[in-house]
Amino acid sequence: MMDINEIIKPENKVYGKTPVLKDNILHYCPGCSHGVVHKIIAEVIEEMGIQDKTIGISPVGCSVFAYNYLDIDWQQAAHGRAPALATATKRLMPDKYVFTYQGDGDLASIGTAEVMHACNRGENIVIIFINNAIYGMTGGQMAPTTLLGQVTATTPYGRKAELNGYPLKITELIAQLEGTCYVTRQSVQNPAAVRKTKKAIRKAFENSMMHKGTSFVEVVSTCNSGWKVTPVEANKWMEENMFPFYPLGDMKDR
Amino acid sequence: MAEKILMKGNEAIAYGAIDCGCDGYFGYPITPQSEVMETLMKVQPWETTGMVVLQAESETASINMVYGGACCGKKVMTSSSSPGISLMCEGLSYIAGAELPCVVVNVMRGGPGLGTIQPSQGDYFQTVKGGGHGDYHPIVLAPASAQDMYDFVGEAFDLAFKYRNPAIILGDGVIGQMMEKVELRPAKPRRTEEEIRALCDSWATIGSKGRHGNTITSLSLDPQVQENFNIKLQKKYAEIEANEVRFSTYMAEDAEYLIVAFGCMSRIGEKVVELAREEGIRLGLLRPITLYPFPKKEIDSLVPQLKSILSLELNAGQMVEDIRLVVNGRIPVNFYGRQGGMIPDPEEILEVFKKTM
Repeated sequence: MMDINEIIKPENKVYGKTPVLKDNILHYCPGCSHGVVHKIIAEVIEEMGIQDKTIGISPVGCSVFAYNYLDIDWQQAAHGRAPALATATKRLMPDKYVFTYQGDGDLASIGTAEVMHACNRGENIVIIFINNAIYGMTGGQMAPTTLLGQVTATTPYGRKAELNGYPLKITELIAQLEGTCYVTRQSVQNPAAVRKTKKAIRKAFENSMMHKGTSFVEVVSTCNSGWKVTPVEANKWMEENMFPFYPLGDMKDR
Repeated sequence: MAEKILMKGNEAIAYGAIDCGCDGYFGYPITPQSEVMETLMKVQPWETTGMVVLQAESETASINMVYGGACCGKKVMTSSSSPGISLMCEGLSYIAGAELPCVVVNVMRGGPGLGTIQPSQGDYFQTVKGGGHGDYHPIVLAPASAQDMYDFVGEAFDLAFKYRNPAIILGDGVIGQMMEKVELRPAKPRRTEEEIRALCDSWATIGSKGRHGNTITSLSLDPQVQENFNIKLQKKYAEIEANEVRFSTYMAEDAEYLIVAFGCMSRIGEKVVELAREEGIRLGLLRPITLYPFPKKEIDSLVPQLKSILSLELNAGQMVEDIRLVVNGRIPVNFYGRQGGMIPDPEEILEVFKKTM
């Protein structure tokens, strides 16, 4: 057994928190995917050396407070409008890395127009889309991506197509737009998935300086509080129910 | 001799933007102001000054592009007309709540609803009292000529940056569409990145070089924090009210009667004054140039010499309420207005005025 003085020697360090992450305690529920994705983005920013060149745009929803966790410049957008803010920010400061961070309600419901048009114009920005099939912040209501049969506060008997329409595969729609260069769907429920998502986010950030168009990374995520299950059960539910409907992988890479 | 060009008020907005060093314009077509973006797209200022011009997918997107651009310490603006401005009010509330500078031009048309494409001043309440949710005020300038449209863009940006507050140029379909001589000013260059950093680094999202990250938000869940912020905003508005009132008068010195009118109605009002004077009636005019802050003291100081006031507006009577608050019952405050795109002529107004004498 090493004693404490041995353990803290620099040569024995096996892992460090990136300085891009602030020390603020996360407000997210234990088991939520947001914290993992925040960490991935922070690490990518550190590894690319772009902390002072990155502008983040936070949404309305649980991740409205993303600005409390990454030490970069942040804009907090109105609900759904982050891609409009990002459009102007990138066009006015083309040498900056500009990304939006949006949940499913923000991006795929109220903000559908803004995200579609920003992607269609091929804005050289990164869009990170957290899809957990529910409204977390407001207490677990139906999201546009809620699965058929899924119980939420506003679909207490399960989502029915005839009443609520169908879950929206917005990432598939985004992939059809000429303005996008990279569209992918990932997840963060185990170390292998985290590594793949990090690779995808890094590629998206690199793309934004190559004038190739918009990069869009969906992360299929868990909301164990909203789903009313344990974190472990949430991962299982996601794999069994979300992945068949929202299959992982690259939809476009050019 | 400075260059004078015949142009529409809407075109003057476009040239005013380029010549005052505007960094970005984001807009969406709507009558009667579409010439603003059309002119910018034709002139292509991105080739000369580097100004960004973008046609957005909606007014909602336009104002949020303005929000994003304003976060970057840039001089950004949009223009629209009444229904489009209604869509922008959410964004304006965010911009006011985040204390950001920007310029929004409203070339008013008649409402409610889709209404008419003809001129109106029906958005006085919406503009001057806030428009969006929460306690806030934009600074509001009311142009009465194409020259004003040109000059007020730069002036609105100066005020917006001085107070980190949205500034609105509240024109109307008459001022936007009519052609007049406009004297162009020497063009000011856009601010350099260094100048923006020197001016805005304490708050803007321009990259966190040499400091921790800045956050621009209008959110605070702690009620005491939010109240403290709201009190701070109100202090700013008190400062604006104390320092930024702009107005002009016409034959008001010896007036026994006063017309108060803004925008195109102040031009018609001047003619009414002249017609009345020909008949020996001592009528004068006060034109508020800033509608917020409203020229309260200036109207108040005229009350002792006046027998009555006539508020002249292209609406059902909106500014008249602010005049009555100032006058507070001391003398009659009457109203005359036309709506739906109808514009009164001076003789018509004179007849109405005489009945109030």
